[in-house]
Amino acid sequence: MAYTVPKEAYNGKINQVEVGRNQHKLIMGGEETLPFLSFEGKAVSTVPLALEIQDINPTGDWASSLTEIYGSVMDNPAEWARMCQDEFKADMICLRLAGTHPDNGDRSPQEAGKIVEAVLSAIKVPLIILGSNHVEKDAAVIKHVAEVAANTGSIIGKAQEKNYKTFAAVATAYGHKLVALSDLDINLSKQLNILLTQSGFDSKNIIIDAMSSTLGYGLEYTYSVMERIRLSALQQNDAMMQMPMICDIGEVTWKVKEAKATEQDQPAWGAVRPRGILWEVLTALSFLMAGGNLVVFRHPEALSRVRSILAELMATA
Amino acid sequence: MGLTGIQIFKYLPKTNCGDCKFPTCLAFAMRLAAAQVRLDACPHVSEEAKKVLTEVSAPPIRLVKLGMGDRTIELGDETVLFRHEKKFNHPSALALLIADNLTDQEIEQKIQQVNNSVMERVGQKLRVELICLQERSADPARFAQVAKKIVASSEAGLILSSFKPEMIKAALAETAARNPLIYAATEENYSQMTALAKEYKLPLAVFSDKGLEALSSLAEKVAAEGVEDLVLDSGARSSGRMLSDLTQIRRAAIKKKFKPLGYPTIIFPGEGGGDALMEAARAGIGIMKYASLIVLNSIEKEVLLPLYTLRQNIFTDPQQPMQVAENLYKVGEPNQDSPLLITTNFSLTYFIVLGEIENSKVPSWLLVADSEGLSVLTAWAADKFNAPKIAKLVKKQNVEEIVKHRKLIIPGYVSILSGEIEEELPGWKVLVGPREAANIPKYLRDMTSSAAL
Ligand code: B12
Ligand code: SF4
Repeated sequence: MAYTVPKEAYNGKINQVEVGRNQHKLIMGGEETLPFLSFEGKAVSTVPLALEIQDINPTGDWASSLTEIYGSVMDNPAEWARMCQDEFKADMICLRLAGTHPDNGDRSPQEAGKIVEAVLSAIKVPLIILGSNHVEKDAAVIKHVAEVAANTGSIIGKAQEKNYKTFAAVATAYGHKLVALSDLDINLSKQLNILLTQSGFDSKNIIIDAMSSTLGYGLEYTYSVMERIRLSALQQNDAMMQMPMICDIGEVTWKVKEAKATEQDQPAWGAVRPRGILWEVLTALSFLMAGGNLVVFRHPEALSRVRSILAELMATA
Repeated sequence: MGLTGIQIFKYLPKTNCGDCKFPTCLAFAMRLAAAQVRLDACPHVSEEAKKVLTEVSAPPIRLVKLGMGDRTIELGDETVLFRHEKKFNHPSALALLIADNLTDQEIEQKIQQVNNSVMERVGQKLRVELICLQERSADPARFAQVAKKIVASSEAGLILSSFKPEMIKAALAETAARNPLIYAATEENYSQMTALAKEYKLPLAVFSDKGLEALSSLAEKVAAEGVEDLVLDSGARSSGRMLSDLTQIRRAAIKKKFKPLGYPTIIFPGEGGGDALMEAARAGIGIMKYASLIVLNSIEKEVLLPLYTLRQNIFTDPQQPMQVAENLYKVGEPNQDSPLLITTNFSLTYFIVLGEIENSKVPSWLLVADSEGLSVLTAWAADKFNAPKIAKLVKKQNVEEIVKHRKLIIPGYVSILSGEIEEELPGWKVLVGPREAANIPKYLRDMTSSAAL
């Protein structure tokens, strides 16, 4: 019996999105097959890997595996960003404006804007600017910071069903890409993309956030929702599902005890440092296998490990 | 091979008796064609029809069993490509590689590492299921001696790894009863390896790194000689090749019903180079994408917990949420004055809430209600998390004897239940907690610092 390579014929492809400014632009997406299956078509060729920084020092909130790496730069977002770019070779920096949350400092849009400005002048690589996941406050903050970052080709987010109009308006006005976050459900994700498009936003500038979870805490839900989104983009040629997908995993990963409990506290779980890194690595790889196009990490070694694996996945056999 | 539902239907009794749990013979035939049921679910098929239909009812990927007794390991028998379509049947089995040229003491340590690899998560016992004994000594007596030792000191499944038939033969005399996997038949040795597998009635791995065409024709030759419990190794050692080969094998078997590749697979993620983390990362890809058997060089605990968890996530039933047992759980070392919270038994909900209570460092009681594995809002909407149930549970778990206070913290999303619960539980006060678990630490800390309890 002769073997023939079982290729799938897809009729859709994933949008290619370009982000950043000057000579430091990056592309993501653009693939025409399921992840890394270059035997059947054009596979993804670049998957930007970002490191997350915050506008306020998260010591106390972040695991010590992380704070011991970033140390004193956590007081200075611009320095922190520079460290991630120069020392840890992040392809992008993701600035989460955690300090604008009403329960976490309630910083004003203007204060946030100053930090965005400082970070932008400290780095060359593209910037992702995220709010604090407070729908009303995020809308107020983004209006201002999107303007501060005008024409830098940044990614801003996260637009949700309750605040997408503001996000869409400022992303269009100041030339940014937009992260559209929905609640772990393929239909909700599609619906938000449709709403954005109907409001006049260019669907080619959307990046889907299907809602990341982490290993052991709902990973299988995100994984399957993402796989289904990718399949409907490729097989059904559904234009409302063909956006690249972001995997915002650092925040969820470094909250769980498996990633941060010390060996003294959990002797049965082995050494905390490699365990935490692997927790983030496996979470990232799961979502990349399910169709992710951009990953936001917190641990620089998790990023570099995934970069090595990506090199293997993209090498033509 | 590859009959349609209608073609199968012709061979069925056409009585629509329903004993197969389908309303009609045709409905059953359709499921059979899609490999979603087994032929033996119909008790009335004639012998003649059975002969014809066994072929089609055979799963597209053969079920292969290793080991024995309650430590039998099942591989293969998968019917879909994506976990959202249908539950993946058999979780990737993990093996630790032990080389026979290590010292006896090192070998003993590794065996004990496998024996002690059990961890529990969400009520499941997880472990490294097998030991892969690899011949490097070039000494049949040594290989056999170590194999014997493994069987004597562990109940794990066994893989005997050598391309030299005389090595395998030596070890089999002592270990065949464990039902080990022979690794591996190659283009050069396959007739001797096949003879051994036949003699001892054992499963056999087939190795060819010359592409899937070569692998499939070798598997076909081995099967033609009468050994059908095969496991495939395409020689892929880096993530890219692994993903590409395993995907092609799975697709060829399921979508093209290509029998020469319709077998479970084995990978060696550590052979691609790098340290234990790189090995584990590749193993992770194997768990997600179709590796049946994964042989590891390193099974330190910090690597196992993430891999076990990933395996559990990928192989859960997408239709049947994981659940934890209904109970009153301690978080930290609570006493009779510690806060009492209630949630549902959906394992995701439980784990998130538990994690956040732990983050608060406030010792607490967590009462978990059986909601048939539904999240808080879903359970509430389905009436599986309601005031009478909660009141009953408080009594049943003797909560009133365990805590002195009478304050119950409920999830913010079901604040609507508070009045009703207070009616059902006279003397109790219901406190509405935050909606998002992320805000539990602040809530508990504020509460204990203001000494509300
Ligand atoms: C996945 C899902 C399902 C799955 C079930 C998965 C499961 N195991 O529960 C399925 C598909 C089966 C399902 C079915 C239904 N669902 Co449903 N489902 C969802 C969905 C998308 C996610 C739920 C989830 O997993 N959440 C994650 C878990 C961890 O959240 P959680 O348990 O609430 O826990 C959080 C908090 O409550 C808090 N918390 C938990 N415990 C505690 C305890 C304390 C003390 C505190 C302080 C906090 C706290 O912490 C957690 C993290 O923040 C939600 C929408 C959404 N995004 O919420 C709808 C949703 C819950 N479903 C809904 C409904 C109506 C249903 C159905 C009745 C019908 C339907 N629409 O399909 C059925 C009922 C099921 C049945 N058997 O009859 C509605 C409920 C509406 C409402 N307000 O009543 C929702 C909100 C969707 C919607 N907007 O319509 N659903
Ligand atoms: S049990 Fe057999 S005879 Fe009865 S309905 Fe099912 S297929 Fe038909």
